[in-house]
Amino acid sequence: MFNYKDVLETIEMVEREHLDIRTVTMGISLLPCIRATAEETARCVYDTVCKKAKDIVKVTGELSAEYGIPIVNKRVSVTPVSLICAPFADKAHLIGKALDDAAKELGIDFLGGYSALVHKGMADYERRFIQSIPQVLAQTERLCSSVNVGSSKSGINMDAVKLMGEIVKQTAGLTADRDGFGCAKLVVFCNAVEDNPFMAGAFHGVGESGTVINVGVSGPGVVQHAIEAIPDADLSDLAEMIKRTAFKITRAGQLIAKEAAKRLGAEFGIVDLSLAPTPARGDSVAQILEEMGLECVGTHGTTACLAMLNDAVKKGGVMASSRVGGLSGAFIPVSEDIGMIEAAEKGVLCLDKLEAMTAVCSVGLDMIAVPGDTTADTISAIIADEAAIGMINNKTTAVRVIPAPGKGVGDQVNFGGLLGRAPVIPVHNQSANKFIRRGGLIPAPIHSNKN
Amino acid sequence: MRAVVTVVGKDKTGIISKVSTFLAERNVNILDISQTIMDEYFAMIMMVDLSRASVELAPLAEECRAMGEKIGMSIHIQHEDIFNAMHSV
Repeated sequence: MFNYKDVLETIEMVEREHLDIRTVTMGISLLPCIRATAEETARCVYDTVCKKAKDIVKVTGELSAEYGIPIVNKRVSVTPVSLICAPFADKAHLIGKALDDAAKELGIDFLGGYSALVHKGMADYERRFIQSIPQVLAQTERLCSSVNVGSSKSGINMDAVKLMGEIVKQTAGLTADRDGFGCAKLVVFCNAVEDNPFMAGAFHGVGESGTVINVGVSGPGVVQHAIEAIPDADLSDLAEMIKRTAFKITRAGQLIAKEAAKRLGAEFGIVDLSLAPTPARGDSVAQILEEMGLECVGTHGTTACLAMLNDAVKKGGVMASSRVGGLSGAFIPVSEDIGMIEAAEKGVLCLDKLEAMTAVCSVGLDMIAVPGDTTADTISAIIADEAAIGMINNKTTAVRVIPAPGKGVGDQVNFGGLLGRAPVIPVHNQSANKFIRRGGLIPAPIHSNKN
Repeated sequence: MRAVVTVVGKDKTGIISKVSTFLAERNVNILDISQTIMDEYFAMIMMVDLSRASVELAPLAEECRAMGEKIGMSIHIQHEDIFNAMHSV
């Protein structure tokens, strides 16, 4: 029989501290769907996704009720679409539409994988595919897109970086009536992972098996609460407490992932232990950092606090799951975290500090609104900086910025729901035009030569 | 299949009677029961067996929630594995 403390702790985590399974994501290979024409391929893609994931909403609902843990999102990730439509890249939008239709049919919230991997070079069909992204994101609702422009092994493809600056701008322009919402569904990666269950950057890597279940767990509120309980602890004790908490959260994720995989006839992929905030108060990574002793996130000391948090979360998670993967760490999406929003509004949290934070946390510059007149070159330069951090440090980095059309510093964008709201924060006005226009490849760092 | 029922709320008379009757009506067998009062709050944990229950666990969880609302307590029923997973190495 369990003791009171353990049982009530679990219930408290769910009821008061926002413990949840953030996402159950089914990864589906679309490679068997390739047909002679785009139209036939699109039809097969739609049928495959609808068939494989048909029970995902039902099964996650049952699991949530049986185990008493909310499962917030049900999602699907697919093979990077640029590979599926290589022979007919000009008609890639048909595949995008089929995937969006499938997502609506299934009742899932997002489907990721309208993606291309161009970290070393960009074939002509890949360039044409990437050029379809703005239009496709404007015309679909639930489809997410990502492009990998660099890796520690291959370097940074600066031609792709330049192109992505333009693509982000076009995406914002085509969704100007919704504050540039399309950009919230578009991520530019360095060292993209193949088993990430989180959006907008999820895709199903070609090294994965046919159908897998990847689960993302969350719980910034649980960690914050655990830290609150030991206000005078030194940092070693704090790290231990975070590890123990991360362990418990991950174990819940592992249980749900295995059971979901069994019931959905898929393989168990990975558990991604990420502290993913929501705009709700008490579900914020920024508030954890402030609980650790910062007056406001973004001030001096923020990077050190985040580094410790991120590492402790990973250590607890690795111990708890037989397969940890995805991004695993702390997320710092500005618009989705009430503490980050408030710090950005006060002007304490700026783009340069956010960039430093991305060197020690699990992802990158995420859900950040910048002025609508920010040039494509500047966005490319932001992407290049972020990719450089990822490449040199052997970690995943990403850029999801929203150049908010018609808006300037001090204005706000509002996407509602889990995507939240964000104040527009300034970028440097000095040009990086000449650097971006050089093109070519930033060579891989010396420490990539390990063979 | 075994599950854990937790009942938490302000103490009053007849809680155990109401909850156990509710479970018996659904053929849920109580294997172990433990109850205490913490700061005027009633807390009860029951280990139950659902192998002959007339209701599946998922709908039963919803019925428990509704029953809790009716008697002014918070009642949960969860698969035992969630506690095994989170609280044992």
